[in-house]
Amino acid sequence: MTVFVVAGLALLVAMGLALSRAILGPTTYDRILAVNVFGTKTVLLIAVLGFLMGRPDFLDIALVYALINFIGVVGILRFFEQHRQREEEQQ
Amino acid sequence: MIEFVINVVLLSFLVLLALTIARTKDLLSSVMLCGLYSLVSAVFFVTMDAVDVAFTEAAVGAGISSLLMLAAMMVTSRYEKANSIQPKAALVVVFLTGVLLFYGLIDMPMFGDPNTPVQQQVSSHYIEESMEEIGIPNMVTSVLASYRSYDTFGETVVIFTAGIGVLALLGGRGAGIRKPSSPAASRSAFPDHLILRVISKLLIPPIMLFALYVQFHGDYGPGGGFQAGVIFAAAIALYAMVFGFERARKRFPLPVIRFVSAVGVLLYGSVGMVSILNGHAFLDYHALSANALSGQHLGIFLVELGVGITVTSVMILLFFTFSERAMQSGGQE
Amino acid sequence: MMAEVLSLVSAVLILAGCGCCLIGALGMLRFPDFYTRMHAAGITDTMGSGLLLIGLILQPESHWLVIAKLCFILIFIPLTSPTAAHALAKAARKGGLAPLLGPQGSERSRPSPPEQEESNG
Repeated sequence: MTVFVVAGLALLVAMGLALSRAILGPTTYDRILAVNVFGTKTVLLIAVLGFLMGRPDFLDIALVYALINFIGVVGILRFFEQHRQREEEQQ
Repeated sequence: MIEFVINVVLLSFLVLLALTIARTKDLLSSVMLCGLYSLVSAVFFVTMDAVDVAFTEAAVGAGISSLLMLAAMMVTSRYEKANSIQPKAALVVVFLTGVLLFYGLIDMPMFGDPNTPVQQQVSSHYIEESMEEIGIPNMVTSVLASYRSYDTFGETVVIFTAGIGVLALLGGRGAGIRKPSSPAASRSAFPDHLILRVISKLLIPPIMLFALYVQFHGDYGPGGGFQAGVIFAAAIALYAMVFGFERARKRFPLPVIRFVSAVGVLLYGSVGMVSILNGHAFLDYHALSANALSGQHLGIFLVELGVGITVTSVMILLFFTFSERAMQSGGQE
Repeated sequence: MMAEVLSLVSAVLILAGCGCCLIGALGMLRFPDFYTRMHAAGITDTMGSGLLLIGLILQPESHWLVIAKLCFILIFIPLTSPTAAHALAKAARKGGLAPLLGPQGSERSRPSPPEQEESNG
């Protein structure tokens, strides 16, 4: 039980660090990286919270977000690539 | 104690994210941070034990909503234009309204108080009688699809109307107006990312299978039509992004998608009409079968299926229409 | 007896996973350059998730469906997380972001951005 509490707190700290990189990150790539890491930590946090609160239904949400996180990062990368290609074509 | 700490930390994340979103001028960062905001909200709902809401928030807010906003951003621009007007009077009015609203909050009951009138009458009936009258473990689905099925029908029609609206504004296929999209724009955005293509090809079938699981497992766990539709649409969006829109349009032709989105709403409405034709009220599931419980189960199954079909097709429609428009305008520049 | 050993092993794995996650997040904050941050984040992300999920699977007295779902997440995260990291690094390299070579603070030599290669790697 205490293991879950410690794990939850550690994951919250890791999420906070990733969030500060997302807010600070000088280039956009840093922000995309931080969003990806934040998403994975959130999946783990939801799984740990499910065990902490005794409700294993939460694993569905963790599974969904593990997949949606990947799709979101691919979407952001696609936008970035096409934006860059369009700027190169204009020059 | 631990829940208090988690809630405080999550709420401070939300405040930090909201401040950063308001301050930044780069719309791409805003969209990404909005996705993070939805994700933190989903975790917050999880700590409050609202599983279906957290599910929908994670799938819709952090997933498909970010994809649609990115697709819309490709039609407009990436950076926010500088705001030259600074209305000071508006700030004063908004501040005064906010103070009045907070003053009005003083009279409201405490958050989650079980003795408020709204918890006494209908909610207690739902909680106590749901298992006997409807017989499925997930009370959220029983309220959504049976007790309040009129509201859900309205929501489905709203989603369908949003799809029609976007088609009316952006989907113009008038003769001669549509230029052939430039071949460079409609090929894949990742032409030489071999690893990404292989992994995406591996992942898309399990994601679709998981969407079907969420759709049909919605009676017993968190899930249902809305979440399943969004996940399915996200899988198809992944296919379109990685392998190119031309291939995606051949696999999922737009006329078929338009037809299917109407089929979903029609299915929902037909269940209601069958009830009327059998002499009961609209969407009264007792008309569907001799046994009351199996009538409820059949009704909820069909209705959720209708919702899932409509949500999937409308989300795909929005994504393809935005991207097609972006590719057209990209070819004209 | 078996349940206690499993509990202990599971607790050790969960804490190791959280340690990896913390180290990775700290590295992501402190490293000087995008590529080094990606190195910290991409590796420890997958490793930490894997250890933590295996620790959760080994928790005693879990329903088999819970273990099955944890196994699914355990299969998906090592598939998607390194792929996203690779795609991001490749996009950054093609976009012209140059890595920081040489010790920080001294003469930094940044190579020119790569030419458009026709490879499909």
